[in-house]
Amino acid sequence: MFEIFGIPSQALFGQLLIGLINGSFYALLSLGLAVIFGMLNIINFAHGAQYMMGAFVAYLVLQYTGIGYWGALIVAPIIVGITGIIIERTMLKQLYKLDHLYGLLLTFGLALVIEGVFRNYFGASGLPYQMPPSLAGGHNLGFMFLPNYRGWVVGASLAVCLATWFVIEKTRLGAYLRAATENPTLVRSFGINVPRMITLTYGFGVALAAFAGVMAAPIYNVSPQMGSDIIIVVFAVVVIGGMGSIMGAIVTGFGLGVAEGLTKVFFPEASSTVIFVIMAIVLLIRPAGLFGRG
Amino acid sequence: MKKVIGAVAAAAVALGLGAAAYAQSGTQTVKIGVLSDMSSLYQDIGGPGSVAAAKLAVEDFNKINPNLKVEIVSGDHQNKPDVGSSIATKWFDADGVDMIVDIPNSGVALAVSQVAANKNKVFLANGPASSDLTGAKCNPNTIHWAYDTWMLANGTGKAMVKTGGDTWFFLTADYAFGHALERDTAAVVEKNGGKVLGKVRHPLNTSDFSSFLLQAQSSKAKVIGLANAGGDTINSIKQAAEFGIVKGGQSLAGLLVFSSDVNALGLETAQGLVLTATWYWDMNDANREWTKRWHAAGGPSGKVPTMIHAGVYSSVLHYLKAVAATKQSKDGAAVVAEMKKMPTDDILFGKGTVREDGRKIHPAYLFEVKKPSESKKPGDFYKLRATIPADEAFRPLKEGGCPLVKS
Amino acid sequence: MANATETIGASASPANSKSEMIALAVMTVVLVIAPAVVYPLFLMKALCFALFACAFNLLIGYVGLLSFGHALFFGWASYFSAHLLKEVGLTPELAIIVATLGAGALGVVTGLLAIRRQGIYFAMITLALAQMMFFFALQAPFTHGEDGIQGVQRGKLFGLIPLGNEITMYFFVLVVFLAAFLLIYRIIYSPFGEVLKAIRENEPRAISLGYKTERYKLLAFVLSATLAGLAGALKAVVFQLASLTDVHWTMSGEVVLMTLVGGLGTVFGPVVGAFVIVAMQSYLAGFGQWVTVIQGAIFVICVLLFRRGIVGEIANYLRIRL
Repeated sequence: MFEIFGIPSQALFGQLLIGLINGSFYALLSLGLAVIFGMLNIINFAHGAQYMMGAFVAYLVLQYTGIGYWGALIVAPIIVGITGIIIERTMLKQLYKLDHLYGLLLTFGLALVIEGVFRNYFGASGLPYQMPPSLAGGHNLGFMFLPNYRGWVVGASLAVCLATWFVIEKTRLGAYLRAATENPTLVRSFGINVPRMITLTYGFGVALAAFAGVMAAPIYNVSPQMGSDIIIVVFAVVVIGGMGSIMGAIVTGFGLGVAEGLTKVFFPEASSTVIFVIMAIVLLIRPAGLFGRG
Repeated sequence: MKKVIGAVAAAAVALGLGAAAYAQSGTQTVKIGVLSDMSSLYQDIGGPGSVAAAKLAVEDFNKINPNLKVEIVSGDHQNKPDVGSSIATKWFDADGVDMIVDIPNSGVALAVSQVAANKNKVFLANGPASSDLTGAKCNPNTIHWAYDTWMLANGTGKAMVKTGGDTWFFLTADYAFGHALERDTAAVVEKNGGKVLGKVRHPLNTSDFSSFLLQAQSSKAKVIGLANAGGDTINSIKQAAEFGIVKGGQSLAGLLVFSSDVNALGLETAQGLVLTATWYWDMNDANREWTKRWHAAGGPSGKVPTMIHAGVYSSVLHYLKAVAATKQSKDGAAVVAEMKKMPTDDILFGKGTVREDGRKIHPAYLFEVKKPSESKKPGDFYKLRATIPADEAFRPLKEGGCPLVKS
Repeated sequence: MANATETIGASASPANSKSEMIALAVMTVVLVIAPAVVYPLFLMKALCFALFACAFNLLIGYVGLLSFGHALFFGWASYFSAHLLKEVGLTPELAIIVATLGAGALGVVTGLLAIRRQGIYFAMITLALAQMMFFFALQAPFTHGEDGIQGVQRGKLFGLIPLGNEITMYFFVLVVFLAAFLLIYRIIYSPFGEVLKAIRENEPRAISLGYKTERYKLLAFVLSATLAGLAGALKAVVFQLASLTDVHWTMSGEVVLMTLVGGLGTVFGPVVGAFVIVAMQSYLAGFGQWVTVIQGAIFVICVLLFRRGIVGEIANYLRIRL
């Protein structure tokens, strides 16, 4: 047992692992945002609200239909994804020919509406959502006690992140998608239904947010504010990673999780600020972000 | 002759004025403002429930004194000191409000307490926690009613130490309220023979506590004190369950927990949590009966009233009695002085007093959250562990540093 | 904003158009008489926000840069001003001036970091920087965190005129507002302003004409930040406190809303927008629960249907410039 900067090595490894776990959660959260921005050039400010909706749908679905956690992981993203599709069809569509900033403003307004409505209806304190029994408990790794649920979070996040990255960067569908956003007219002339692809992409990004919400429900308080508390951090992740790069968001998510974890050990009061300090430094050196493309 | 006319004239004037004053007090209207958080974090512990409680107080007062007409207005301070302070100023200046009650946010409460003192109106603080309201920042127009940080620290801290929890580790929200709660509790722990092994400060509105909980776990302290509130407390407790903290033998002491927080956690997660409060809806028949009326008067369905709501009822009732006794409501300091003179008595808190420094005195209770199997109905959360008598529950008069206290 | 299909604000046209002069006269007269009818504290709040919105509009309407972090300058200036008044004991006009300069300094640092990017990137960077400064404000001892700086005495203007009286204070605020408003007006219609509009329309072309666009953008940013700071410093004196609300990102969102509702890129739009939103918040205070929802809904409706804003629509209908 040796010490590093006054912290016993055991504790340090424990914190590093926690940081990695949190990082996987950040990566999962920023994935949806990165997909929507990378493919559609829209800043989806409603991302936090949609994350919150995912958690709430999980709760409601449990209350009214008895579908538990595993079912909610599939049902919630679908339901929230559909609301995303509706938003895209009715509202976002009209803004594509305008400056992209209008999209930001629209989704910002939507976020306020969604959060306000949920808060009026459900109150501000939060709703109970229990840990699924199959994932409860944990293992003593020697240097720390690792809850099983956290292990599941890392695994699921990694799987979803890598699968998404693979689909977008390495498959034909992903190639069509990337081409469609660069040059819609040309791609349409190939016979591909570009508007539908765009709609589905937005829906997919929203579904990812909801998926993260269901993952969060057993461990974080399910309240209408849960989205706005976390959305700014997610934006910072995406900005640092490079605002169009899927891999950038994933790697930065993990990296920032670790950075935040270490700060919590050595200088806990600054753990909220460290992400933004890193962001300022990155922007000074590489304005496009770490993996960004111009 | 001139002297006689003079005397008669003087008498006539005096009679006229007296009659006018009497006529005034006969058809007096008192205006009460319920200023609370209606739309964010604290809407469940204050909010529309506080308005409902105030309405019940007016109803019950008018049963014994129908001559005094009372009007209630409400407003949302949104947890922002400037919004709260400007609503209070407008109410006092332009809208004829005589008294403001509630305000579940210490920052806003301190601001409004100043405004009330400047304009000689009345502020009955039920929502805020800061014990500074009856300490260094006390004034003759403010009364602190339901609870405060000192009482919470003393109740939970002392009780835990006496039952064997003599080593503590604090998880503190890094802002004034969290620091104050940690400071007050640490003082109590050490005074009663315990030891504080360490502490960690987390930013306000943190979602993930795993790193801090890990530190708490490795400190091996018997009690982990949560010097935070609201969402932070809920997340700390939820994740503590995940990390098997309680199963591993450590106890959690929630230093500021409301029934709405327990509701958000669910009994499965919250069971065993120890907390202090001055009122609980399910403690006796009178409270249960009042809770039914509270729901009918506008208390949100699906929620139970908190000690803040009960405090609003109790304080408004006592205020109205004092207004009736002093026959006026415009001179705030005079009404508050009367409230301190008259002993209090109501169905929710029983008999009590208001001290010179503006502190309302009543007993406090140590509760433990029930196991799911022990709960018979929705809202059935707590079992009573101990009662702290009124004279021990609050900070001794001399220790507060309130300038109103003549030492 | 570049590449918009509808023109936001007029392109190069002579200053002092008749319609604008009339509007200015009307506005001044109305504001001078207003305290007789309307509660002065409400008017002062609206004026501070109107100034904030005008400063913000300088950047978005005329340079095309959407800053989502203007609360940084507004809020920190209000902290400086409150601190200087309460702890250092400066007279109000000195406190306001120093605080405004402080905001300007913050503007320089932020601008240097943010100007490198444009469009959405710029917005995100300003947002994240503002958030960082929010957390600093939460920690720094002099701001007193959640409680804010409270009980600030207004003091005596120039050491002579006590500002405790609401009417005196109101006229002080009005004078400052009108002066700043005229300053913004002059900036918009100066040669400097024309270059800014050129940059907004087509930056590569402006560069090819030999303009160092980065410098122009930075200067505009700093001006906008400084004037936003002036609004914040004033507000601290009016309300006699400074709190975290003013540095929170929702405050940045509110100023965007005010400018959008009033009319981006119009001279009077932000003023109208600020008054409308402040009035709405005040009127709806009784229905506190619905205020955020309604504000969000207004955002959505404005962006979809009503992009010119109130003043913009009026100006468009009457074919005048406002």
